[in-house]
Amino acid sequence: MSRIFPYPVMTLGLFVMWIALAGATPGHTVLALIVSTGSALTLKALGEKSTRVKRVGAIVTLARVVFVDILRSNYDVARLILFGKRLDRKSGFMTVPIRLKNPSSLAVLSIVLTSTPGTAWLDYNAAQGTLIIHVFDLKDESHWLDLISNRYERLLLEIFE
Amino acid sequence: MTVDLVEYPLWAAILVSSFLVIGSLLTLIGAIGIVRLKSFYDRIHAPTLATSWGTGGMAVGSMIFFLVGGGRPLVHELLLAAFVTITTPVTLMMLGRAAIYRDRSSARPGIPPLGRRVELNLSEKPSEGELS
Repeated sequence: MSRIFPYPVMTLGLFVMWIALAGATPGHTVLALIVSTGSALTLKALGEKSTRVKRVGAIVTLARVVFVDILRSNYDVARLILFGKRLDRKSGFMTVPIRLKNPSSLAVLSIVLTSTPGTAWLDYNAAQGTLIIHVFDLKDESHWLDLISNRYERLLLEIFE
Repeated sequence: MTVDLVEYPLWAAILVSSFLVIGSLLTLIGAIGIVRLKSFYDRIHAPTLATSWGTGGMAVGSMIFFLVGGGRPLVHELLLAAFVTITTPVTLMMLGRAAIYRDRSSARPGIPPLGRRVELNLSEKPSEGELS
């Protein structure tokens, strides 16, 4: 079973997504089956290890936190783009110590940070456990440190590591 | 799928249009940001407005429109918004990392180094045992 379906959750997710987008016709069902199993087998051939999620509940919390944060930073960054000169904006690089080691949690953190307006993931040093990000509004460095370590990193540690 | 626009309730029309306006306004501000911001690293932040709540606003507007208008499941908009939000950062990250790599290799001032410990390792001459 695991030889044909190496990543069952991902395969099922892709299958359901394809049907949801294209409609449940017989042709699309076959196509969805081919695409979902095919991509799972490709991923297996690439030697990707599957990750275990330890706490599903924390994913919901993280999604909610990110949802609210993205909403807030949309407002902040839009304001800064329009009135940045008057508001005396200062952007810059920042180094953040990171406790995460698991590739999946690092991937999630990078997506969260970059998709949120105002912060962008630039460089991660695995040996040292440091992360370099670019911050659009770098008035208060401790605010961003607190956001990453206490909000995102804590939840990601609960989910993956 | 057709929605009767003549019979469409006013409150829903107002709600849908305000979400559409919010979404497109954020996208417009993101585009203005790309034009007006000075440094490359600043410009990386601008398109995320369009790909987070710019898309989000339009998706919510579309969801309300078809929910009130009748019939269609709302999975399309949810998937669309989720995938736009999740996939654009990958491109932006690649661009940002390419920029920081280029700036480091041309020794541009103000670019943070990779890390002190790594720098030390690079500057130390490897012992002969390690070389062979």
